[in-house]
Amino acid sequence: MGKILNYCLLIFLGLLFFIPLIWVFITSISPSGEIISGSNPFWTKNPTLNNFKEAWEAAPFLKYYLNTLIIVFGVLIVQLLTITLAAYAFARVNFKGKEILFIAFLIQLMIQPEILLFPNYQIMAQLGLVDTKLAVMMPYWASAFGMFLMRQTFKQVPYELDEASKMDGSRWWQTLWHVYIPAARPTYVAFALVSVSTHWSNFMWPLIITDSVDNRPLTVGLALFAQAFETGAQWGVITAGTVTVILPLLIAFFIFQKQFVSSFMHSGIK
Amino acid sequence: MAHQKPKKGLSVSMKENLFGYSLLIPSFIFLSLFTFYPVIKSIKLSFYSGPLTRLQFSGLDQYKNVFSDELFRKVLLNNILFLIGTVPTSIFLAMYLAIWVNKNIKGSSFLRTAFFYPTLIPLIAVANIWLFVYTPKYGLMDRFLDFLSIQGPNWLGSPNLAMFAIIFMIIWKDAGFYMIFYLAGLQNLPGDVYEAALIEGAKPFQMFKNITFPLLMPTTLFVMIVAITNSFKNVDHLYIMTKGGPDNATNLLLYYIYEVAFTNWDLGKAAVLTIILIAILLSVTAFNYFYLDKRIHY
Repeated sequence: MGKILNYCLLIFLGLLFFIPLIWVFITSISPSGEIISGSNPFWTKNPTLNNFKEAWEAAPFLKYYLNTLIIVFGVLIVQLLTITLAAYAFARVNFKGKEILFIAFLIQLMIQPEILLFPNYQIMAQLGLVDTKLAVMMPYWASAFGMFLMRQTFKQVPYELDEASKMDGSRWWQTLWHVYIPAARPTYVAFALVSVSTHWSNFMWPLIITDSVDNRPLTVGLALFAQAFETGAQWGVITAGTVTVILPLLIAFFIFQKQFVSSFMHSGIK
Repeated sequence: MAHQKPKKGLSVSMKENLFGYSLLIPSFIFLSLFTFYPVIKSIKLSFYSGPLTRLQFSGLDQYKNVFSDELFRKVLLNNILFLIGTVPTSIFLAMYLAIWVNKNIKGSSFLRTAFFYPTLIPLIAVANIWLFVYTPKYGLMDRFLDFLSIQGPNWLGSPNLAMFAIIFMIIWKDAGFYMIFYLAGLQNLPGDVYEAALIEGAKPFQMFKNITFPLLMPTTLFVMIVAITNSFKNVDHLYIMTKGGPDNATNLLLYYIYEVAFTNWDLGKAAVLTIILIAILLSVTAFNYFYLDKRIHY
């Protein structure tokens, strides 16, 4: 009895969670006349792509897409490099002051770059980097979270493999490349997915640090676009813009669900 | 490095030290520039006042100003309300969802998708969607209430309701994200304990209370830290939905910093507020490691 009740509640919650998504899709393909006056917000008799056409004409979404892609992958590629080297050092090299440096690293987990909006803006101003993509990316180029994740993985690589590779005359980067990195592939995938979806969504920092179409990512573009219209009559166009921004990640998620879920699971391991 | 013969003057351990440091240099350049230096810079700036070109040392004046600023107190209180509203609810919801989704029931993958997908929608897009959900009269919420013949309120326009409406939205956005951590935690639970409990004739709720809940405590702790940090870090929605209003009823600390720094250009005050935010986050973590962590070892 309790089981059935819980089951019903869960199904109900599941449907409830989907409502905003379904509604935003329907609204984005509804003719503007129907949105306010239509009797059923979850149905449209005359689906149309006009809203998308209008949205794409009103704001340079293609450019914003490109900017977001550059930023997201620009962050990821440098992160992969920095976290790999740092994780290898913390996992397998013995050096003086290791504990203190490790703790210094972990401070970034508590004081994340998002919190430091204001001082980091000033630093970018000093560096002359305000309104550049570089400024959007740079505060994230070191990742304590990524380093921590990779260190855990590297530590599980049997030490004998490392020794054997060195006996064969490999230099440390060859050992890293042929032993550690292949062994950590699932962790890299997990980190990459979490990193890409985090930076795809980032808003406050790029809002502050960018000031031109050339450098603005999708999220900031969407916010400025939505603010340009504020009347109910424009819902169709704004929801079309919103769908434009959320679609790529959602499609990727619906296709690679298992991978996404297991990646995010992976990222929680302490 | 073991196969290399140490050079004259450099001992093996010295070389190992240098090797370790050089691997850390790329990370530490960025950590220093964008984590350590800004913190130090903010501390310094918090003792100054005036415009950027004519900064004057003013001791603790800025701190006194901030603490006697009524708006600051309101924003801090809002942030605490926001935390109390979002953190425990989404954690319990997440735990509940995970326990049921983890069972191999029909439709569990549908449920997992339903609860998790909001995680992948940028908060700014979430705000765009929910702004329309909460629009008076024509919004989804009020239309639904109208359907039930209830006169819907102006959710985001009334100081008493706006915070509540935003808390509801954030729970929708974050519960599925935390659920994932619980799913991971549940997979590591020992199956034999449950078998033993079943043989003893334990009821499902007893099993939850005496086995699952205590064994999930490390996960709960981890999720709690993430959730608390998020309640201070994620303020994007305010930009679209309320701008902190009405009458600052939904304003949060980080958004307030944004306003003070980039609308009023009050640098000293923004620095003080940043320091306070950092202090809050550090004490949350310290509380976790030095107090809670010691209490849940069993």
